[in-house]
Amino acid sequence: MKKHLLLVKYAEVHLKGQNRPFFQRLLLRNIRDAVKPFGGKAQLHDSRIFVSGYHDEEACARRISRVFGVHAVSPAVQMDKNDFKKICQTAVEMTRDVRGSFKVAARRSDKSYPMESPEICIEVGAYVLQHNPGLQVDVHRPEHVLQVEIRDDALIYVKSIQGVGGLPVGSSGKAMLLLSGGIDSPVAGYRVAKRGVELSAVYYHSFPYTGEQVKDKVIALGRILTDYCGPINLYIVSFTEIQQAIHEKCPDDFTTLIMRRCMTRIAGILAQKERALALITGESIGQVASQTLEAIACTDSVVNQPVLRPLIGSDKLEIIREAERIGTYETSCLPYEDCCTVFTPRHPVIHPKLKQADYAEKPLLESGLLIDMLDRAVNSADLIRIYPDAEETRSVK
Amino acid sequence: MNTLIYLDNAATTRPCDAALAAVNTSLMEAYFNPSASYTQGLHARKSLDACRTLIRSALKAHSVLFTSGGTEANNLAILGSMAGRHKRGKVLYLSVEHSAVAATCQSLAKTHDVRAIPVDGQGLINLDAAREMMDEDTALICVMQVNNEVGSVQPLQEVIRLRDERCPDAFLHVDGVQGFLRLPVSLCSGIDSYALSAHKVHGIKGCGALALAERMKLKPQLFGGGQEGGLRAGTENTAGVAALEAAIRDYPQENSLYLLKNRLKSGLLSLIPEATVNGPDADSTQSCGHILNMSFPPVRAQTMLNALEARGVLVSQGSACSSGSPKPSRTLQAMGLHKERMDSALRFSLGRFTTSQEIDTAVDLVWECYQELKQFTRR
Repeated sequence: MKKHLLLVKYAEVHLKGQNRPFFQRLLLRNIRDAVKPFGGKAQLHDSRIFVSGYHDEEACARRISRVFGVHAVSPAVQMDKNDFKKICQTAVEMTRDVRGSFKVAARRSDKSYPMESPEICIEVGAYVLQHNPGLQVDVHRPEHVLQVEIRDDALIYVKSIQGVGGLPVGSSGKAMLLLSGGIDSPVAGYRVAKRGVELSAVYYHSFPYTGEQVKDKVIALGRILTDYCGPINLYIVSFTEIQQAIHEKCPDDFTTLIMRRCMTRIAGILAQKERALALITGESIGQVASQTLEAIACTDSVVNQPVLRPLIGSDKLEIIREAERIGTYETSCLPYEDCCTVFTPRHPVIHPKLKQADYAEKPLLESGLLIDMLDRAVNSADLIRIYPDAEETRSVK
Repeated sequence: MNTLIYLDNAATTRPCDAALAAVNTSLMEAYFNPSASYTQGLHARKSLDACRTLIRSALKAHSVLFTSGGTEANNLAILGSMAGRHKRGKVLYLSVEHSAVAATCQSLAKTHDVRAIPVDGQGLINLDAAREMMDEDTALICVMQVNNEVGSVQPLQEVIRLRDERCPDAFLHVDGVQGFLRLPVSLCSGIDSYALSAHKVHGIKGCGALALAERMKLKPQLFGGGQEGGLRAGTENTAGVAALEAAIRDYPQENSLYLLKNRLKSGLLSLIPEATVNGPDADSTQSCGHILNMSFPPVRAQTMLNALEARGVLVSQGSACSSGSPKPSRTLQAMGLHKERMDSALRFSLGRFTTSQEIDTAVDLVWECYQELKQFTRR
């Protein structure tokens, strides 16, 4: 009786005390969702998660490694602990393509087992060494560790895929990501989701200045994120009316700042709708004029929710590297023309004061224009629920 | 959304009914391999040859071989002819050539002296410069029949005269993708190879042809079963060729597109005085009947294109093969257009199914979009 399964070890969840069951349950739920397309089933056992019944081990393991909260995934074999010869043979099979130095680490929670841990290490190690000339023993700094665990059954594994770490999504509430289609915002969403935060997102569509292709690109970026953090509600807000009004009525050098304030206000309203507790942006200090500390202060003053800026201290190159690693970079770089430059002032204000920003915005406040426009933008927004599987994108409104 | 007004026929055309019927018959009843030795295979070979003969006589070519499209035909003509030459001759191509020609010529730059012949402000070949550049080292000259972005018709007879005078041994390759069937051309006159594409003339995608004059010698660029006289390996696209033959036979003799194009041009110019035509005067014979390129400053082309699409009018920005990338059009740049005119340039391209009613509606809708968008410009 030999059974192939995936052993999932979790990261920080281990450190949790009395709350640990709560985190474990969420992680188990997220892993179950992740392995469903592979036909896999996940179970919690002895503080660890086991996945079995999948049809593509490698792909399934890679998928699990992208679930936040997972420290590592190991393909393992579970078998009868009483046939020690078989255990040794299985160890040889599992290390067949392994080369370099190794050691055996044994753990025996079944104290009635006739062999003690050091004995298991020595016996299995000797057998493997005898059958695989490509291996040498190094008990201090081995390249590979062959794990043999004796519990109700024997569990043997050697390889392990590094997981993304973090906390299970859903364990830290929800936040609203301002997703633009650029390089930064998907990375910002990734970082916050990694701390267990569920994401909703909002994209501001300025048709005809930005085309349908850009909308598709943003949906594609959202879909890449869902791979890590599960389904996302994406609001597509028509922003043209507001942009045109700002262009017409407000002083040139303040238009970008006022635009950011309007975007933030809408995100704040949508966040309330979604019961999201914070906003997330991809801003980094000084990257552009609207990302100076003064400009950030002016933007933050229009909402009550905290605005999370996980990239605030990152350089562009660091952000690009991270985008490449999580797989959003290529999509972010798709070269669709963004004609919103029409609305970009040649000399935006760099060190705005809050009073100046409020004053520059005044023409929009006359006869309730801004409130009306914000209402219209929120009420006419399209909502798309994005799933990891491309085919399941559907409009829920 | 309103009914669709398709004005992007230079990108691709809707297959005509005759072509669709031919594809159907070919796939359902005549799907046999033309190289097979049984009767059905022989019939398949005969229908390929029927289309070959049709094109050969239409173009007065020595031979015709089928390819996967215009790009492959251009590649084969350029790379195949240069591979057959022992000496490292000069390669000249018109600066406004389609990428299928320009990029192929550029790929030879490591081993050959590759140069672009400049054009004038209308997108027409600068004959003086061409004369200067042609010398006895010249091995290949590529000049397109009709430019795909502004519709300029190149003076091929003049080019042939220059070639005969300056470098009679040089091959002249003509990209006829936009000109085939729309303008008369004959390989007897001194053109050595001529590339065409089926889907630009209401055939289907994945099929094209290269017509050759007798003196043009090619080395194959694809190896395999030795089809197409050993010049283009791969089982022939019988359905595509059947559609091409049907599309050629069905193509209207009378060319009424000039009238429609002028209707579009004068309609737009009368409503939008700020608009300008890029390329040769639309009334002149230096301009083809189906492509009209116009700028609508200060509205950016992509914005206008999006707004028109929302109203059901499909046009393109420069060349569809390179749009999707915000790079400025190579053709408009070579013509020396001012940046604002380049940024706001739209290409309208007409086809045999375009109606005068569609043109009138399109004019109104372009005007509507322009009125709406021109108020918002970068300050």
